[in-house]
Amino acid sequence: MKPIPRWADVALIPLVSVAFAAICAALLLLAINEKPIEALMLMIDGTLFRSSGWGFMLYYTTNFIFTGLAVSVAFHAALFNIGGEGQAMLGGLGVALVCLFIPWPHWTLAILGATAGAMLFGAMWAAIPAYLQAKRGSHIVITTIMFNFIAAALLNYLLVNTLKKPGSMDPATDSFPVATHLPTFQDMSALLGFEKMFRGSPANVSFFLALIACVLVWFLIWRTRLGFQIRAFGKSPTAANYAGISPTWIIMIAMVISGALAGMMAVNTTQGEAERLILNFTEGAGFLGIAVALMGRSHPFGVLVAALLFGFLFQGGAELGFWTSIPRELILVIQALVILFVGALDNMVRMLVGQIFASLGYKG
Amino acid sequence: MTDPAIELIGISKAFGPVQANKDISIRVMPGTIHGIIGENGAGKSTLMSILYGFYKADAGDIFIGGKKTLIPDSQAAISAGIGMVFQHFKLVENFTVLENIVLGAEDGAFLAPSLRKARKELTELAAEYELNVDPDAVIEEIGVGMQQRVEILKALYRRADILILDEPTGVLTPAEADQLFRILQRLKEEGKTIILITHKLREIMDATDTVSVMRRGEMTATVKTSETSPEELAELMVGRKVLLRVDKKPANVGAPVLEVENLNVVDDAGVHRVKDVSFSVRAGEILGIAGVAGNGQSELLEVLGGYQTATGIVRVNGTEIDLTGKHSDGQSRRNRGIAHVPEDRQREGLIMDFHAWENVAFGYHHDPAYQKNAWLMDNAAIKKDTAEKMERFDVRPPNPALNAKNFSGGNQQKIVLAREIERNPDLLLVGQPTRGVDIGAIEFIHQQIVSLRDQGKAILLVSVELEEIMSLADRIAVMFDGKIMGERLPQDTDEKELGLLMAGMSGRAA
Repeated sequence: MKPIPRWADVALIPLVSVAFAAICAALLLLAINEKPIEALMLMIDGTLFRSSGWGFMLYYTTNFIFTGLAVSVAFHAALFNIGGEGQAMLGGLGVALVCLFIPWPHWTLAILGATAGAMLFGAMWAAIPAYLQAKRGSHIVITTIMFNFIAAALLNYLLVNTLKKPGSMDPATDSFPVATHLPTFQDMSALLGFEKMFRGSPANVSFFLALIACVLVWFLIWRTRLGFQIRAFGKSPTAANYAGISPTWIIMIAMVISGALAGMMAVNTTQGEAERLILNFTEGAGFLGIAVALMGRSHPFGVLVAALLFGFLFQGGAELGFWTSIPRELILVIQALVILFVGALDNMVRMLVGQIFASLGYKG
Repeated sequence: MTDPAIELIGISKAFGPVQANKDISIRVMPGTIHGIIGENGAGKSTLMSILYGFYKADAGDIFIGGKKTLIPDSQAAISAGIGMVFQHFKLVENFTVLENIVLGAEDGAFLAPSLRKARKELTELAAEYELNVDPDAVIEEIGVGMQQRVEILKALYRRADILILDEPTGVLTPAEADQLFRILQRLKEEGKTIILITHKLREIMDATDTVSVMRRGEMTATVKTSETSPEELAELMVGRKVLLRVDKKPANVGAPVLEVENLNVVDDAGVHRVKDVSFSVRAGEILGIAGVAGNGQSELLEVLGGYQTATGIVRVNGTEIDLTGKHSDGQSRRNRGIAHVPEDRQREGLIMDFHAWENVAFGYHHDPAYQKNAWLMDNAAIKKDTAEKMERFDVRPPNPALNAKNFSGGNQQKIVLAREIERNPDLLLVGQPTRGVDIGAIEFIHQQIVSLRDQGKAILLVSVELEEIMSLADRIAVMFDGKIMGERLPQDTDEKELGLLMAGMSGRAA
């Protein structure tokens, strides 16, 4: 493959991929007699030109940052954690238990407790496949995906039998106490005197938690000895073995961190938005983390940008559903196209860009 | 005057920024053995790949037997009468010799007639060129020397008149190599043309009629072998005068640093790799372990390096070290003063996608000098240290931010050596220090190893290059089939005797 400059690898290729996906989506819309430009304007208008649009977008973005970081950390150890979905579900369980059974005086303490609970439960759920991989050689892709199903079934069981609010027909826990409720962007802007900002949108303080997580993961991967060892193992397990880096330890710790990050997503959805534990609250964000990590090149700041893009697509897709006759399935297809180009067809775009650079005389 | 068997005129080939072949012209006369010598990366393999149809030249013409010929793929090369014996054999391991020879040259949908024809022809070829092999032997059960004959037979079966051999002796014992050269001589007498690609000066001197020297993609000279000398060839290859012999003082030997007693290694597949091996290395000496690759030397290094389990006793500076894997790994070995330059620097010694400075910290990432505080590594300190090490070990280019994969083989090896030697270890394990390393760097690497010895350190050197062992080691142990066949002093032995030991024949029968 032809060499390309680093800036092109980091920025140009994702942009070209997104452009390709947009073109394909436009062709699809034309094929069903819809107007692609109008649809795009609607998506932009409903997402970026209204503060509540931002509020929804950043809510989704928060989820994608957590799951994207989760997949990235595992990627650095050459582990493909596709169990983010299940780890997030367990994270939700951790959040619910912490919020329901501990009397918190104030949300600032509750968010710390809930975060710890989410991390612990998510980490635990990732630790089992990690152990099986490290000690028994069971492939982590297989085990993590199976653990997604087990997590869903476990949550289902608990919400129907154990944690359900007494007398309710709804498989969900009771609402969390008011003291655990997180300030939303609406609450926060009201404090600053902008009463009408972010009205009715779910974005909340956990967005900042996600930003902190980005910074911490960056430090972990690029500045700490553990990160050094994780990257070394990921790039060359044989060399790591020579250097005396224990594969068991790296697999365990990378997956535990990954699971903890995936679990943290529940702080946003469960504590921040639903304020109780419900079924299917993850809405596929665990899987989407894979696309986010791929597009973000497993770099925390790349993940942030990619998460914003997918947040935009989610919110923009919802806008399309509200205001046009574009069927909901097609919105999923558009999102899937982005994932396809960014995730699966990365090398195709890379070859193309490499050719262009080669013909421009770029020589690495 | 007869037409040359092969004539290349003005061949050029670039890979991105790298000009692998620059305007190369060469004439190979029929019925001769023509050597092509050059350092790694000089462009020998690229040139032959163009001739065999793997690459398309950017410019230039190929003439076979005086006729201009286009070779777009290997099929075309075969029909032009060119056969290639690769460095890494392309044989199906669980097929018989006969099946391998027929593979890809079947006459029809049914195998039996092809096999019958091949068997007949094989007997004829074997008689004609004295290339005896058992047609029904399974490849994985015959030795490498035999496998190489099968490769040659494969080419002859396809009516090759021109044989290209790429580094053919890399995997052979000296005796097997001698046999190979006898076969090549015989093929030459029968009118075949042979191109021998190698980086070993001795082979060129022994076997070829004419030799072409390549350096940095260019053909620097073509001379008659009888009219040149190894020194002149080395100079042509490197572009400056090279010391072929290692300059070293007699060893000043101290107390034993490494003592190995009854070491046994059984690998994950249950194969007994190292059998009851005992030896010791004293301070201030180099113990060379000779042997054909795959006779247990790698496992021995892995055990001492801490990433292979074993039974037996190993003492370093008089204290036993753990061999069970419970309390042993690369880190604990480093803490005991053992440094290790592994055999395979690209898979073990370095992380190719890491920067040079990350590679210098690699393995020593627990060093307090590399930490800023309890949480963070001090990348600036590592970079500074790397720049100094690169300077002292003459790594080119001296840029700590470059990825390991962007350095040449020799410079990669210098990075590993710098990292390990500068730790001032009591015991240095070195595996294949100069594999894939250019002549200029070999000289430097050998000097570094000898100077560590002269500082009173113990060195265990494993190499498949007998010449290297002969010139560096103070004592030589030969391994065959997991056992040490014997120990010799370099001044009391010769390549012939060591070659016999390497082939498993013990005693001083020679």
